[in-house]
Amino acid sequence: MTSRIACIAGNTFREAVRDRVLYNLIAFALLISGAAIFVGQISIDIERLVVVNLGLTAVSLFGVVIAIFIGIGLVSKEIEKRTLYTVLSRPVRRWEFIIGKFFGLAGTLVVNTFFMAIGVFGALLYVAHKFSKPDAFILVALYLIILEFLIICALALLFSSFSSPLMAAVFAFSLFVIGSFADDLRGFAGMTHGITRWFATGAAYLVPNFSALNVISLVAHQQSPGMHLILENTLYALFYTATALSGAILIFERRNLK
Amino acid sequence: MAAIEILGLEKTYKVGFWRKRPKRALKPLHLTVEEGEIFGFLGPNGAGKTTTLKLLMGLVFPTAGTARILGRDWTEPEVKAQIGFLPEQPYFYDYLTAHELLDYYGQLSGVPGKGRKQRIEQVLGQVGLHDVKGVQLRKFSKGMLQRAGIAQAILHNPKLVFLDEPMSGLDPLGRREVRDLMEQLKQDGKTVFFSTHILSDAEALCDRVAIIHKGELRSVGAVEDLTSSVEGKVEIMWQGTYIPASMKALGGECHVTGDSVRAVIAEHQQDAAIDVLRRERIRLIAITPLRTSLEAYFVEKLQHVQTAAGSGVGSGL
Repeated sequence: MTSRIACIAGNTFREAVRDRVLYNLIAFALLISGAAIFVGQISIDIERLVVVNLGLTAVSLFGVVIAIFIGIGLVSKEIEKRTLYTVLSRPVRRWEFIIGKFFGLAGTLVVNTFFMAIGVFGALLYVAHKFSKPDAFILVALYLIILEFLIICALALLFSSFSSPLMAAVFAFSLFVIGSFADDLRGFAGMTHGITRWFATGAAYLVPNFSALNVISLVAHQQSPGMHLILENTLYALFYTATALSGAILIFERRNLK
Repeated sequence: MAAIEILGLEKTYKVGFWRKRPKRALKPLHLTVEEGEIFGFLGPNGAGKTTTLKLLMGLVFPTAGTARILGRDWTEPEVKAQIGFLPEQPYFYDYLTAHELLDYYGQLSGVPGKGRKQRIEQVLGQVGLHDVKGVQLRKFSKGMLQRAGIAQAILHNPKLVFLDEPMSGLDPLGRREVRDLMEQLKQDGKTVFFSTHILSDAEALCDRVAIIHKGELRSVGAVEDLTSSVEGKVEIMWQGTYIPASMKALGGECHVTGDSVRAVIAEHQQDAAIDVLRRERIRLIAITPLRTSLEAYFVEKLQHVQTAAGSGVGSGL
């Protein structure tokens, strides 16, 4: 079982690499080095703040775009091209396929984030000339960004298991945008009354709370996100990912591959 | 033990956007394939061949019915370790090389890492792809992809191989090679179940065939049995171009081809015809009973169904 999942994950990773997904790193490298040089020339004392903010936001956005655009095709492309037929006619269970695909994409994003993180730290070193202790908080922000990717991967897989790539992209991207304002949504729900409050609160808690996973501004100001937040967010992200993946598996287990 | 027992498998899809209406792709199918035989599953396009294969592979779920493969319930994942499958017009991960593709499928099928590389080399040689094993599949022709498909189907040394239109996209030489490969599989004790609408391939290869049309099984049997229903005629060939008048008198249709004559006469006239040739001191080359070709049988069956449907009669054959 584990070897089959690892095999599918490895192949998904290889597909992403060979389809030149990691070429986004070039764009990122250009962006971050250009920003570092530019900021280094015009900013006074806020170089670090600008580089960390810009760098981590870019890491997050690049990753989200990759997660959505690869994630939505993970299942539907395999069905459309019928590559799935020769996989599922082997002793591979459908849930193993979904989990393998998820880990393959998650692995791609982790590797991608790793190289981007090197870029962020490189730019930081360029503008600040040395690292300080609060710079370690950047690693926490990167960790939470990876948790964000896990949720998006699982959601993209969920939508990919029952809809067309276009619709899956629309659903996943909409949820990402709404989830980025989840805190505001919860605040808005608190201001309503009666049955509207029930519905609004339910919807606000149903969408993934990406705003809680965003500590970029905090670490840019060299503040610690706190262990409590890290733990809570980890549990939340794992629970949300597991739920979305279970949904994807439930749908895919019943799907006729016409 | 039967290799495949299909017990009333049927499939109805719901089609349409708003008002879903049922579309029956496969009527209850009962079929048994014995171990070690090459079994041809014949039918025109849209007959239900691929639906049957997809049901057996667990790619679509049946509306009703069940099946047993190699004596076990067909849904058990362990059964799949013992079967190979080539889908119709296969498409593979085109960023992989042929060797990587087989390595991937080998891992999924549980082929142990120790002997996997050797087995891959062997299978690549068997299907004639050894020289291009390092080339990405996106550079493969249709025929080469078909060969890669056959390679992945037999890689894990399965007991039972399902091939959906295996000759599709192959040139005459490639078709010949696939036929040889299927015969080799049979000699190795494997069971081969293949769907095709190329009847000459089925006639040359199959021990038994089934004919399916409009989702319904129309006929099953050994090729010899299905094609032996001749009108009691024999074909006589003799050397030379001379046609004795007494041979014509037997009512035979005679045709001169090169330096021989071919005559078709009624079976009961056979002895008289031989006597004529002896009397005329003509050298006899061959006497063979005239058989209906599988193609003629197939066409007759389908026409029968269409006629019955047109006249409102039940479609049973």
